[in-house]
Amino acid sequence: MAKKKLGLKERYAALTRGLDWETTYEPMDEVFPYDRYEGIKIVDWDAWADPFRLTMDAYWKYQSEKERKLYAILDAFQQNNGQLNISDARYLSAVKIWLQGITPLEYVAHRGFAHAGRAFRGAGARVACQMQSIDELRHAQTQLHAFSHYNKYFNGMHNFAHMRDRAWYLSIPKSFFEDAYSAGPFEFVTSISFAFEYVLTNLLFMPFVSGAAYNGDMATTTFGFSAQSDESRHMTLGLEVVKFMLEQHEDNVPIVQAWLDKWFWRGYRLLGLVGTMMDYMLPKKVMCWKEAWEIYWEENGIALFHDLGRYGIRLPKHHEVAGKEKHRLTHEMWTTLYQFGNALGLHTWIPNDEELDWFSEKYGELFDTMYKPRLLYLRELEEKGERYFNNRLPMVCQVCQIPVFFTEPDDPQTQCVRIVEHSGTKHHCCSDGCKDIFEREPEKYVQALIPPQQVYRGEAGGATNIFEYAAWLHLERDVDTGEYRGSPDHQHWLEWQRRHKAASPDEAA
Amino acid sequence: MSIDLKTASIEPIRRTFDHIAARLGPGKSPTRYQEGVWGLQPALNFHYRPTWDPARLLYDPERSAIRMADYDDLVDPRQYYYGTWTIQRGKQQDSQEKNFEFVDKRGLVDSLDEAWQRRLARLVVPLRHVAWAANNNNCYIAAYGYGAPLTSACSMHMMDHLAVAQYVSRLGLLLAGNETTCLDAAKAEWMEDPMWQPLRALVERTMVTRDWCELFVVQNLLVDGTVHPLVFDRFDKLLVAHGGAAFSMLSEFMVDWFAESSRWVDAVIERVAAESPGNAELCTAWVSQWLPRVQEALLPLAGYAFAGEASAMLDGIVDDVRARAAKCGLAA
Repeated sequence: MAKKKLGLKERYAALTRGLDWETTYEPMDEVFPYDRYEGIKIVDWDAWADPFRLTMDAYWKYQSEKERKLYAILDAFQQNNGQLNISDARYLSAVKIWLQGITPLEYVAHRGFAHAGRAFRGAGARVACQMQSIDELRHAQTQLHAFSHYNKYFNGMHNFAHMRDRAWYLSIPKSFFEDAYSAGPFEFVTSISFAFEYVLTNLLFMPFVSGAAYNGDMATTTFGFSAQSDESRHMTLGLEVVKFMLEQHEDNVPIVQAWLDKWFWRGYRLLGLVGTMMDYMLPKKVMCWKEAWEIYWEENGIALFHDLGRYGIRLPKHHEVAGKEKHRLTHEMWTTLYQFGNALGLHTWIPNDEELDWFSEKYGELFDTMYKPRLLYLRELEEKGERYFNNRLPMVCQVCQIPVFFTEPDDPQTQCVRIVEHSGTKHHCCSDGCKDIFEREPEKYVQALIPPQQVYRGEAGGATNIFEYAAWLHLERDVDTGEYRGSPDHQHWLEWQRRHKAASPDEAA
Repeated sequence: MSIDLKTASIEPIRRTFDHIAARLGPGKSPTRYQEGVWGLQPALNFHYRPTWDPARLLYDPERSAIRMADYDDLVDPRQYYYGTWTIQRGKQQDSQEKNFEFVDKRGLVDSLDEAWQRRLARLVVPLRHVAWAANNNNCYIAAYGYGAPLTSACSMHMMDHLAVAQYVSRLGLLLAGNETTCLDAAKAEWMEDPMWQPLRALVERTMVTRDWCELFVVQNLLVDGTVHPLVFDRFDKLLVAHGGAAFSMLSEFMVDWFAESSRWVDAVIERVAAESPGNAELCTAWVSQWLPRVQEALLPLAGYAFAGEASAMLDGIVDDVRARAAKCGLAA
């Protein structure tokens, strides 16, 4: 028989799209009960353009090669005490933020994409989401396996699974992803694949993975680079799903726009933590938050939204506020983390002189007049043996769950608080962006669990003060929490450096 | 004599994460599997009700009637985390690819006479739709099931089923000289041929089954546990006897994978049933309700392939499934 040569597209269609059928013994709406209630209208699922035509044979081939290399390096890292090669043990606070805040989200993403991978009526969309679901599982597990070694030598990581579901500051990432997973499949994919992974991904990935590379963290660098090709697939899916919805029906445009407004702002708020990590926790700096925001949002992100203009999409609401905040976001966030250090599973500290100079160079006058004096004052207190802690839990935003500490967009000296009322109860929001999100779906956001309020209700193991609260989080005082200088992590680091290197960068500083 | 290598030795301050240590007990080091699945699913303090199932929590054990004190007990005896799973499948794919190339290069499909080619096309190629439904059903469990050991293994099983569907599809392409005619005909048969309708009705029924544990039992034990032996074992033997050894090469993955994954399927059901008499009763009831329906749905296929021997052959296959269920502690 004469053999025909199948093109990639044709082969993919035969091996994937052709598997599906219109059910007749059970109604399609019963088989796919979740892809209509959000109001997105899909006229023709066949118009879905598969963003990556990956069949399982190729998937296994690529992924198994990547896993072999990755685990060989992780084994070598462990065998050779790779933890000794990082720039400084302060860097571990970045790893702790990742393990406590980001790794658990990879698992939620695995579940959320399984949800979307079962929900969509179109076979192409289902398979793309299924592949992302198992990729996300990969990311959760490779991160655990990479961080497992650090956990053996440093504190603050051992109880991450317990803290993930309880700690006030981990409510920020937890509520973000649960907001997405509790939404319908279209909103879920818009939020995670498009807003988070396509528009904002560089602002998450670059600080962590380049930060790891700059700071000698071979384990994180390796899984980060290994995940990169997965991420580019995921980004393509994000763009495809948004374009698909916009092309399918004009009624979808306002729905998608509202989701983009919401998830831009929600993603930006979450990235505040990442920016702070990048500016303050990396002993060797990659770039500052302001620069990253300018490149990845103000140049690339805005250009992308201009491309979507032909579908009737405009820039996300309040994006200009993010531009105003870029000069101060991380400084405001760091002093917040610094003062609530008794209830954090990571260490905080005041930057050294060299770092203060770097901030002056990057952030200019506003830093020198507003934030540097504050940091110097806190340093002075510390030197007097009066390291400052705020031992009351902060009031947090009803939507993003970040403490209400941001300042007014046009006035960095005035705290920004927005109050919304729903069914006779007042709720606090940190910004107009979060207030808008609340007002669009009040029924959803009144459900949010607000950790400080749980404490006051006695639902945190009956804790009556911050130390009891930290103990309820399984945080050991001044071991997992508190000031970096003098902590066991710091002391171990100095000891290991003495034994294994001539001098430590920490001592030199 | 061993070679004594010296490396820098630094005493670790702990062996693993607290929640892993608590399960393992003192002094034990975990495997990567254990660190990769235990405790990974969020457990409490969920912020919002799911808009797609507002009566329940985001993660809710009540999406199945079974109850476990600890869902992290539903471990995979293969200890598959993503890395070990994908590396193992990568190896199998390599060897499967070589088989496809070999069969293609030697024109082995053509050495089967046309009547048997037709039987192969008619009985095997529509199974791609059955495997696709199995993919969707395991996706359902990954999405709405409870606990990371279960959802992670189900998502691997989901991708495995997609691969089965695609290997079967490649067989269909091979049978038609890379034209999609055979696949198109198989789909038409799946949709309309009376021989396939009972099975399609059953498969569609599984796709609206909402209890994830029921779906696990029905899909992974009953449907796969009968379809795979029927086609990739009994029918394979028949084909081999008629010059169709090429089919064995093209279905090598399915045979190995079925044997391997059945260990996991049985282990999960056995652990669920061992938890309580209530769980065992539920699983038993699911087997007794569904297995006769599965058998009935497969009878036309068996009849097509084995004519007068079909009924006895299917009884044998169903008995094997019952024996598996009994070994899992069910009174089926």
